[in-house]
Amino acid sequence: MAANPMTQFEVYRIGPEIKVGAFDISFTNASLFMVVSSLAILIIFNFGSKKNSMLPNKIQLLAELSYTFVSKMISDTAGSKAKPYFAFIFSLFMFVLFCNMFGMIPYTFTVTSHIIVTFILAAFIFIGVTIIGFMKHGFGYLKLFVPSGVPVVLLPLIVIIEIISYLSRPISLSVRLFANMMAGHTMMKVFGGFVISLGIVGGWLPLSFSVALTGLEILVAFLQAYVFAILTCIYLNDALNLHH
Amino acid sequence: MIKKIYFQSIFFNFFFVKEVFAAESGGMPQLNPEFWISQIFWLTLTFGILYVVLSKLILPKISANLELRKSQIQENIEAAEKQRENSDSKLKEYDEVILKSKLEATNIFRDAREKVLKDINSKKEILDKQIDEEIKKAEQEIYELKKNAPEKINRIAIETSSELIKKLIGADVNSSSISAIVDDLSKKNGEKYYDN
Repeated sequence: MAANPMTQFEVYRIGPEIKVGAFDISFTNASLFMVVSSLAILIIFNFGSKKNSMLPNKIQLLAELSYTFVSKMISDTAGSKAKPYFAFIFSLFMFVLFCNMFGMIPYTFTVTSHIIVTFILAAFIFIGVTIIGFMKHGFGYLKLFVPSGVPVVLLPLIVIIEIISYLSRPISLSVRLFANMMAGHTMMKVFGGFVISLGIVGGWLPLSFSVALTGLEILVAFLQAYVFAILTCIYLNDALNLHH
Repeated sequence: MIKKIYFQSIFFNFFFVKEVFAAESGGMPQLNPEFWISQIFWLTLTFGILYVVLSKLILPKISANLELRKSQIQENIEAAEKQRENSDSKLKEYDEVILKSKLEATNIFRDAREKVLKDINSKKEILDKQIDEEIKKAEQEIYELKKNAPEKINRIAIETSSELIKKLIGADVNSSSISAIVDDLSKKNGEKYYDN
């Protein structure tokens, strides 16, 4: 029965089982929505960049506004040095945003509500940022863990805390997105279940909650994509401009 | 009664919902590693393709479009600025021309007035002179006429009277005696007919 609020997160195989060695890389509903999101992004931005008119049409305006939005976000948080990573952060923001937004359509699957997806993204960012940091500053990048102006007595403790906070970045980044998505969708499912079970008599209250939650979830979907991208920018800023 | 049924239905429905949810208890599907590899593979694939296509094909185009529009707008603004300056200078020129022409117009007007006045004066003088001459000539003529008038009258009087006498008495009379008489008469009545 679909009333279990967790069934919406179940991954199932679409089509035949594909195995490479011991690994199962079958096409699933999660894969389907990754492909759908990527295709939607590519189609929208392809049409938005096709012809350049002095007065942009709606889709071109959308593409250009997204471009300037992300580029402003990067230059505000990470400065001009982050210019080479613009394409990556743009893709990241759009991918997370579209996955979140496609998840808001009923009967769809939310790719970002799976910890493994968000963790892989976050781990990739973490590893990439660390590599960039060491490439830019060599071992001087370790100064990141030694804040200036700290009493010598507190220094060992601070360094340990800094290292832990640095290492927990991918976890916090991935869990934030995954938990937000999962909690929101679960809550909507629960309220949806109440609407059905309370029927025509008592279902109106949870229905109105459901409507309000839909609005909230759309906001959260955008906000989490934004937070994901901006935290990436901040980590990148740490690696590019060593402040400590 | 209806109210009671309503609340009862809500209350019992909660039990029902609990039953339904309890019927399918399972953990989080997210923590089931069955499809993790598949998800990682497809995520890498789709995100990789997305990144490559966006960074190599689409984003440079959008950036170029934005740059082009920016430069075009800048150019247009500059052109508009230039045209404004041009029109400003033209306006200044025009003002100057107008001022100059106004000055010229007043000058011309003044000159013309003076000329006309001078003309009128000279013409008036000539006319006055002419009129004076005419008057003088006329006065002269009148004077001469006046001077000659009594003599002529006397002669006429002499002639007529000699004729009359001839007709009346049929004899020639000495004209000198007649003229003496006429002179006498005209002297007597001179003051009466002529005031000189």
